[in-house]
Amino acid sequence: MKAADFDYYRVDSLEDALDRLTELGEDAKVLAGGQSLVPMMNFRLARPAALVDIMRVEELRGIERDGDVLRIRAATTHGEVEHAAELEGGYEVLRAAAAWVGHEPIRSRGTFGGSLAHADPTAEWCLIAVALGAVIEIAGPAGEREVPAEEFLLGYFTTALEPDEIVTAVRFPARCRRAAMQEFARRHGDFALVAVAVALPDDGEPRVVLGGVGDVPVRARDAEQVLADSPDSFEEAARAAAAEIDPGADLHASPDYRRRLATTLVHRALEEAVADGR
Amino acid sequence: MDAEAAAALGGRWVGRPVARVEDRRHLTGDATFVDDIRTAGVLHVAFSRSPHGAARIEGIDTADAEQAPGVHAVLTAADLGDLEPLVPRLNRPEFVAVEFPMLAAERVRHAGEPVALVVADSPHAAEDAVELIVVDYEADEAVGSIEAAVEHDAPRVHEQLESNVLLDVPFADDPEMDDVLAAAELVVDAEFSSGRLTAVPLEGRACLAEWERGGQRVVLHTSTQIPHLVRTTVAGVLGLDEHRVRVVAPDVGGGFGQKCVVAREEVLVCVAARVVGAPVKWVEDRVESLLAGFQGHEQRFDVRAGFDADGTMLAVDADIVADVGAYSTHPFTCGVEPLMAATEMLGPYRVKHYRCRTRAVATNKAPMAPYRGVARPQMVLAMERLLQKAAIALDLEVDEIRLRNLIPPGAFPHISATGLSIDEGSYHESVELCASTLDLPAFRERQRAAREEGRLLGIGVSVFAERTGYGTEAFAQRKMAITPGYDTALVRMDPSGSVLLSVGTSGHGQGHQTTLAQVAADRLGLTPDRVEVRQGDTDATPYGWGTFASRSMVVGGGATRRASDLLADRLKTLAAHMLEADPEDLELYDGEAVVRGAPGKSVAFEQIARLAYLETHRLPEDVEPGLECTASFDPPGTFSNACHGAIVELDPETMDVHIERYLVVEDCGVMVNPAIVEGQVRGGVAQGIAAALYEELAYGEDGQLQNASLMDYLVPTAWEIPPIEILHLETPSEFSETGAKGMGEGGTMGAPACIATAVSDALAHLGAEVDRIPITPDRLHEALREREQA
Amino acid sequence: MSDPHLISITVNGVRHETVVEARRSLADVLRHDLGLTGTHIGCEHGICGTCTVLVEGRPARSCLMFGVQADDLHVETVEGLAENGDLNTLQQAFTEAHGLQCGYCTPGFLMLATALLRENPDPTDDEIRTAMSANLCRCTGYAGILAAVRAAADADSTTT
Repeated sequence: MKAADFDYYRVDSLEDALDRLTELGEDAKVLAGGQSLVPMMNFRLARPAALVDIMRVEELRGIERDGDVLRIRAATTHGEVEHAAELEGGYEVLRAAAAWVGHEPIRSRGTFGGSLAHADPTAEWCLIAVALGAVIEIAGPAGEREVPAEEFLLGYFTTALEPDEIVTAVRFPARCRRAAMQEFARRHGDFALVAVAVALPDDGEPRVVLGGVGDVPVRARDAEQVLADSPDSFEEAARAAAAEIDPGADLHASPDYRRRLATTLVHRALEEAVADGR
Repeated sequence: MDAEAAAALGGRWVGRPVARVEDRRHLTGDATFVDDIRTAGVLHVAFSRSPHGAARIEGIDTADAEQAPGVHAVLTAADLGDLEPLVPRLNRPEFVAVEFPMLAAERVRHAGEPVALVVADSPHAAEDAVELIVVDYEADEAVGSIEAAVEHDAPRVHEQLESNVLLDVPFADDPEMDDVLAAAELVVDAEFSSGRLTAVPLEGRACLAEWERGGQRVVLHTSTQIPHLVRTTVAGVLGLDEHRVRVVAPDVGGGFGQKCVVAREEVLVCVAARVVGAPVKWVEDRVESLLAGFQGHEQRFDVRAGFDADGTMLAVDADIVADVGAYSTHPFTCGVEPLMAATEMLGPYRVKHYRCRTRAVATNKAPMAPYRGVARPQMVLAMERLLQKAAIALDLEVDEIRLRNLIPPGAFPHISATGLSIDEGSYHESVELCASTLDLPAFRERQRAAREEGRLLGIGVSVFAERTGYGTEAFAQRKMAITPGYDTALVRMDPSGSVLLSVGTSGHGQGHQTTLAQVAADRLGLTPDRVEVRQGDTDATPYGWGTFASRSMVVGGGATRRASDLLADRLKTLAAHMLEADPEDLELYDGEAVVRGAPGKSVAFEQIARLAYLETHRLPEDVEPGLECTASFDPPGTFSNACHGAIVELDPETMDVHIERYLVVEDCGVMVNPAIVEGQVRGGVAQGIAAALYEELAYGEDGQLQNASLMDYLVPTAWEIPPIEILHLETPSEFSETGAKGMGEGGTMGAPACIATAVSDALAHLGAEVDRIPITPDRLHEALREREQA
Repeated sequence: MSDPHLISITVNGVRHETVVEARRSLADVLRHDLGLTGTHIGCEHGICGTCTVLVEGRPARSCLMFGVQADDLHVETVEGLAENGDLNTLQQAFTEAHGLQCGYCTPGFLMLATALLRENPDPTDDEIRTAMSANLCRCTGYAGILAAVRAAADADSTTT
């Protein structure tokens, strides 16, 4: 399980990274933490002709908090997010979610932006980004642009990113005290069979987002409507979520079992979101 | 045997949790596994493996691969030269032998079967070149399950055979069976099945071949449990006198039975090394290990059992089928699982009437090898679930029904309906201790109260007899062509007075370098640190069979004790000469031979050794120089026993199974090293819990393996394995020299049944039962849904 | 064929320079280019943790890093744990608690535990279990490993 050959470039600025990607073309990939990409390369399922290593690009690392707005630069590791003081006062759900992200060695190397760019539909950050209405900041040869998370995640391991673009940061425009994440996996640290992120903003629409039931994180609109109409109707919202999703079958779970998990996890997430008088 | 006799067997080191001598090198990163061996000029092998479950090979084009950078050779079956076919065999008419090809020639019969190999400068280059090999496969219809394989007109895994049944034995019969069942108060009819497993040793298979002395001899380092048998087999296949082959098992990173059969790659690296004229190494990667590594435990038990009103199990009528994959492995053959199941099924239960048909069915999956437990986990699952179903129907508690049927104290040896002689054990005591420790009545109260709250608590119990340390006779009864039963120990004292113990067993995590030294040290009056244990190198150890089937402490330990006693006699003879005393009056203690009752009259081992090696002119006429003794041991076997108990709670919403408490009451006779015994119990139970709840190789009907990665083949982590409480009983064995019994596999045997009965108990009031492992939340959800709809 | 890269990695305090293909994993570089075979390989897809080392003091799966990514970084492996040839507290705890059998997964667990105890010298039992659940062991059933880390944490805390 040795990776296929590739050219390797390490850059120390965003500008260099973009130049390289443009120069190398479609068969080049960005390498950040590598925790998702390198296994694929070792299986030879991914065979990029070149890797551009951005882990030493200072401007892509770090976390900023400015009032309500939390901005996580793309090459910040999961572990750095987990322990960031900037999460205090409204973004604690990210700390709780970080604990679900693999294991400590994964969190030491894997990055926040990398997870979004990889777009696994059960990935915790993808769910949180959709639940909290995050915006993905992107840089490319044509300049900078922004895409709401929900529009960024297009399909199974597919995003709105062009081959010559890089995710530079993920920006959360509004904090949400009452937010929670629940997931169910067979083993500690595994990818979830079903994961749920809920956000009940003080002023704004409730969001109920499910992972593992589709190609992308799925917003349970009917469940959200139930909560909008009747904020305490957790059970009804949970049932609505289960009814509106169309999960597939795989080795570990049937569609029906996934619906059962969805019901349970939506309910538990909602309970957790309002717990401790948040 | 009674306690006094047992005490007489004991010594100063046996019985103590001596720290392991093996540990230091592993803790400092100085261990030597095959891939750690530094060999100048070594080249690397990668395999082209079949992507199909069944296919004909129309052609293999290696031209591009041969031209790839760093490639030294590309070999297919046609390039291997004259090899003796390897045909694992049982000498019985119901067995169908098939050749185990080194590289597939005209057909592939399982996904992952090797078709060609590349030798290159690096594993990376070898893998690159493998991608350039073009194999023209004509895919055939595969058989991916027992059901498909036994259908009339099923595609045949081996086209020359009439069916896919490689073994079909009407193993036991009883003319009264039908009458007994007809008259029985209760007949329980059920089908039990278990998922296909693979051992997942953290070190996969690996081998390194180097020809020396101008191509006259090959040295094969391999991650194996059976170095001598690998030597015999490799020499045989290559057509060499056996002294031309040396096999060395260095540090081995786990085996669990996957490495106690001979691998094709072990032969192939020797051939490849000869072709390229350089040392050649193959290190299995994890995908290969999951896909093509030997597998096991996929069995189906169709059983009818008849019970009396008081819960006595009168009769068992069983139809057993094992899915043995595409080939037999050597030496145990595809018969090992079905025959062991049939022979031992009744376990420690005194069932008078037994009928059994047992079969090995070939499918297009990787071949079966005896993975830890072999057939016991499955047969114990069947028996314990039958007893549970009967207990529910007859309103008996879990301990009651077992006590009614288990061999009671004083009734040993028990001769089973299949002629197995079960020696003394503590079956009743273990159940009583387990039940009282878990406080059965209190649990039932808790369970009742919990049910009212909608919580799902359950208790499970399993009891079994573990057949261990058996010798050639047992293998001969199975009709194996070779009988890997005895073992040999050579004990040599060197001029410095320290001891080398060379054994034919081959530990790979069991701590033999510590425990066998403990045995020898006691007999020789030394501290274990003065006894060095050598294993695994066929140049340096007497012929023996390696480590598997829970044999090493009984067979290897027995040979060790015998050889040590012979050396002790030699030492006393020489010491008597030196001290002008009677050998009968001498004791060996603390590195000296001492005249009993006269502590001043002693001679140190160094002095005796000096006489025996360096000043032999002073030896008496009839005494040979040297201090070296060899002994072998071929025991009939001895049964250890255990009772496992577990309390589980199911999350009523997710159907996740949480093990609240897991208890093992075990009896392996004299424990040579209690810490190591407990380690084996815990590791075995962990694998058993894995089999009960997490692991299964998912093959489609097309013979494609859907989960060839550790992401989807779920080996449990520290969170999934609960703390395991262990209580010990001790019934010394009469048959093992040391009083020890084997016990390495017991954990795997009890856990699946224990968990299955616990989960069934938790769901009993909902009418759902567990007859299939692994138990997954998804399957429990399905079972409950079916009950609701019914 | 891609160009090879000259990299410099400091391992256990010793600086090494070596020329490697970009695709060579850090695990392979440590084992075969630097001859430090104490770090083992178990799966090469980031699940088993057998290959765990410390990179800049943090636990990392060396099968999921290419050697070139570790250029100019500090790596710690099992070979660096013993103090002047003596087993350190953690290593000693492993042998006393029977925390290893075949030993193949042991270096990975040692590095994982080293990282844990540096960051959290007084972990709860649950924190130990959570941390150790990152790696797989097939032999021990984990009890000895958990007991060893517990003992090492307790031993070090009594001496501070």
